[in-house]
Parts: sequence; structure tokens; C-alpha cells
Amino acid sequence: MKELNNFKMVIPSKSSNESFARVAVAAFVSQLDPTIEEITDIKTAVSEAVTNCIVHAYKDTIGKIYITVSIREENKVIVKIKDKGCGIEDVKKAMEPLFTTAGEERAGLGFAVMQSFMDNVRVTSKVGKGTTVTMTKTLSRREDEK
Amino acid sequence: MSVRIEVCGEVVTAYLQGELDHHTAREMREEIDAAIDRNMPTLLVLDFKDITFMDSSGIGLVMGRYRKLQQIKAELHITNTSPHIYKVMKLAGLERLAKIDKGVKANERAK
Repeated sequence: MKELNNFKMVIPSKSSNESFARVAVAAFVSQLDPTIEEITDIKTAVSEAVTNCIVHAYKDTIGKIYITVSIREENKVIVKIKDKGCGIEDVKKAMEPLFTTAGEERAGLGFAVMQSFMDNVRVTSKVGKGTTVTMTKTLSRREDEK
Repeated sequence: MSVRIEVCGEVVTAYLQGELDHHTAREMREEIDAAIDRNMPTLLVLDFKDITFMDSSGIGLVMGRYRKLQQIKAELHITNTSPHIYKVMKLAGLERLAKIDKGVKANERAK
């Protein structure tokens, strides 16, 4: 599907950037005139993926988080969140709801939230190299609703 | 301040404010836990009316407080959840741990 627009940004993995990252992605996607629910879903999914980079990928260090958003034909949004951190040994296990290595205050639901709020979530990871989370969502077309 | 605490007898109500993510959860957690330790309530009410955004960090916050309250045999109520917040909580099955009251009536919110 043809790309109509795209946006890239690189931020350091500081927790104070979590809010900025999701708001920036939401602002870019807003050109598609999404519903409030759709924009909240995307913000939440981005927040989870960025938090994973901060809490897991760059656990004891500050690294770069690469965020790419692509807007395709037919209201399709692709958000890619990539890090060059520690990587995930067992992606399948990491994606299981309630599995977490981050201790009692983390619910272990990050991937579950991403999967529930986006249409599709793909995770590729290599230990020692990093992780890429690619999420897609097709937004409703408001003119169809009329 | 991201949390306003109100104490009424054995009930502690924590009014959470702003965005609840991994970055802000820590401060909220510390303030709520301090209020629990100080007052030893039999019921903690977490009020989400003024939470404008929440991701799964909110689940971690609720689950952590639930565990803390269990130690002192206190109950947990969650109140004024927006449809989005309720959706995130439902995903985690939080309704099994706490009574969740979905919202306020329109005229109450206007106050």
C-alpha cells in the first residue's frame, strides 16, 4: 500500500519522554481525523512500547529509541518502535499476559495492551542487538459513517 | 501534586490527577502508600476522575496497592473510570480484585 506521509524521531530512553512520545505520534496521526477512542488506543500502545524500551531494553543505561510512523492509503497507520538494547531471548514468552521480569509494580501487560488496542503487533528481537515492535491500525473513515 | 488524599474515619480516598504512566506512577504510589501507612484504613478508594491518560502502569499501581491492602485486611474500591481506563482495567481482570464503579453522572462531573 502506497505511503502518503511519514514521520521519524529519535529520543533518549528517559521516562520523562514517555508522555512526549505518545503525544507526538498522536499529533501526527491526527491528520487522519481519528476518533478520540482511536487516538487514545494508539497513545496507549505507543506508551507501552516506549516504556518497554526504557524499563527493559535499556534497563541500566540510556539509549536511543527510534520511532517511525507511516500513514498509508486507506487510513492505515504503521508505528514502529525500535531500540538497540539488550533484546528479548524468548519473544513468545515475553508477550504472554502477566509475564514480567520487572518486579511487582509492573503488571506484565504491555504487549497485551498493544495487541488489544492495535490491529496487529509484530515483535522481532535479537539478544544483544535490540528489539523492533511494529504495530498497525486501520482507522475508521468518518465519511463512511455519514 | 499528582494525588490528593482525603481521610474520613477508616476510609482513605486518593484522588489521582493527570497522566498515569511508568514515569508518574512512582510518585503516586509513594503518596498513596504513605497515606495507607499513616491511617491504616479498612477501605481505600482510588478515584480516577481526573486521570487524563492511563497505560498498563495504572494496572501495576492498582495491583500493588491491592497486595498492600490485603496485608492489613483492607478493601479496595476503584471509582470514576473513563471508558478507556475501564477498558485497560478489564484487560487485566481488575474487576476480580476490586469493586470498579464506572463513572459519575454528568451533573456530578460538572460540579
